[in-house]
Amino acid sequence: MIARLLAAGLGAGVVAGLAVAALQHVTTTPLILAAEVYEAAQHAHDAAQAAPAFEGLRRTAATSFATVAVCIGYALILLAGMVFSGDAVSPRRAALWGACAFAATGLATSLGLAPQLPGAAETDLAGRQLWWLATAASTGAGLYALLRLEAMPAKAIGAALIVAPHFFWPTPAAPESTVPAELAARFAASSLAVQAASWIFAGVLAGLVWRLVTSDMQEPA
Amino acid sequence: MNNAATVRALSASRIETLKAAFVALVIGLGLVYGAGFANSEGVHDAAHDSRHALSFPCH
Repeated sequence: MIARLLAAGLGAGVVAGLAVAALQHVTTTPLILAAEVYEAAQHAHDAAQAAPAFEGLRRTAATSFATVAVCIGYALILLAGMVFSGDAVSPRRAALWGACAFAATGLATSLGLAPQLPGAAETDLAGRQLWWLATAASTGAGLYALLRLEAMPAKAIGAALIVAPHFFWPTPAAPESTVPAELAARFAASSLAVQAASWIFAGVLAGLVWRLVTSDMQEPA
Repeated sequence: MNNAATVRALSASRIETLKAAFVALVIGLGLVYGAGFANSEGVHDAAHDSRHALSFPCH
């Protein structure tokens, strides 16, 4: 069972990750590169401002590798969720799980922390990461309670879990970056679309690969 | 057919399933945390563009 789950997550994540990496290459990466020109100009007199650690093909490879790792993670999380709650794993159901996961890690978090280009004004990283993780977990648990539990008190707690993180939004940074607003707006929208695609691809492919790796079983687990 | 034995076998396989789901969840969260959140400079530099592109908090 463990081997099948890991194999399905790995296979689905690699294929989904490569597709998302290709999508990033034509959507978000050109905006990041454009923003770095403004970031470099902003820090022209700052000697500590280093050039990006990776350039050209190495940079594309490193980005793609990280994206594949995230997509394997997404596929494993979705498979674990479905198996844990006793769902039959199918591409359609996995896509729905992926959509809910995107609502938790993409839509809910972007209310308090809009996706940012490099060079945007920012506050303390640890505090933002903590809020992001807490909000994603709380929204995910809230959606599960709301959609999968029948008792009214459970649904009420679910709704509260979805709303609660938004009373604790991180303090926004003073708007002082030199990245043009048009670039930043396009990036925020692209970044959310790319994240949505990652969850859905990872889910659909996890469902498909799961069928392959369990085709020899009499009863699907 | 011994019902008690069937129930035991079922719950044993359910426990096996839950264990597998837990392992998959831990590995999945570990991968997302490593690529999206880990503070190590090397990991940050390699995953930088992907972190921004997938809306993870960065910098």
